Amino acid sequence: MPMQIFFLIVAAVTLISAIMVVTVRRMMHAALWLVMSLFGVALLFAMLEASFFAVVQVLVYIGAIAILVIFAVMLTRRMMDDRGPQTNQGWWVALVAVLGIFGGLSAIMLSWPRLQVGPGIRPADNILTDFGTALVNPGQFAVPFEVASVLLLAALVGSIYVAVDHKGGKG
Amino acid sequence: MIPLYWYVIFAVALFCVGLFGVLTRKNAVAILMGVELMLNAVNVNLIAFWRYLYAEPLFEPSRGLTFVAIVFVAAAAEAAVGLALIISVYRRRNTVAAEELDLLKG
Repeated sequence: MPMQIFFLIVAAVTLISAIMVVTVRRMMHAALWLVMSLFGVALLFAMLEASFFAVVQVLVYIGAIAILVIFAVMLTRRMMDDRGPQTNQGWWVALVAVLGIFGGLSAIMLSWPRLQVGPGIRPADNILTDFGTALVNPGQFAVPFEVASVLLLAALVGSIYVAVDHKGGKG
Repeated sequence: MIPLYWYVIFAVALFCVGLFGVLTRKNAVAILMGVELMLNAVNVNLIAFWRYLYAEPLFEPSRGLTFVAIVFVAAAAEAAVGLALIISVYRRRNTVAAEELDLLKG
């Protein structure tokens, strides 16, 4: 029972933060709400006994991506000021569509008996060792792992190339 | 005991909130934040399914975790390239409003 209450609190905080991210007027506040929401998701990972990914969530999402977003907000600040409407005129169409998608998906998920189950067997204690070995084992996931690292390298080089100032002045 | 569908419904809600942000926000950085929320919803889903259905040794538990790791890598790459594009656009056109980026309009 305490776990369920904890889950409900964490889920509510995460969802409210997410709603603040998409509705709040000032971009910097939205970025900070995003950090809050990502923390909630990290807590859910910890509740699901994926401790490694809870830590990775804090390191990668909050430590890197959120900081990157905050930098982008600060770098692009004075143009898109926090005055005026921050949403498109047709926002209510999007609201109706999103509520429809939510209702439809929820109805489908609730009617699926396979989803009514409780947690299965706890993952073994050496799950992280297995995971690490699987990532470098050629018989398992060495190729996807290397492809992912090449993808990261390409994204890194590409983003530096795209963001660099080619004219050497204010364009 | 928390049933699996609680996590799934939560992920659906988080995904829909992110989708709403992507559809309605004017600022390109805010659109990217919506995409991050959607990717997080996907990860919650993947880890919940892994924990509830495929954490047994029979199913080779590291499979699900590898899937999540690849999604993390894709999200990081997407954020880096997206923000670089936004900063480059801002430098050239002095705006980050998505509706003013109409170079391809003809």
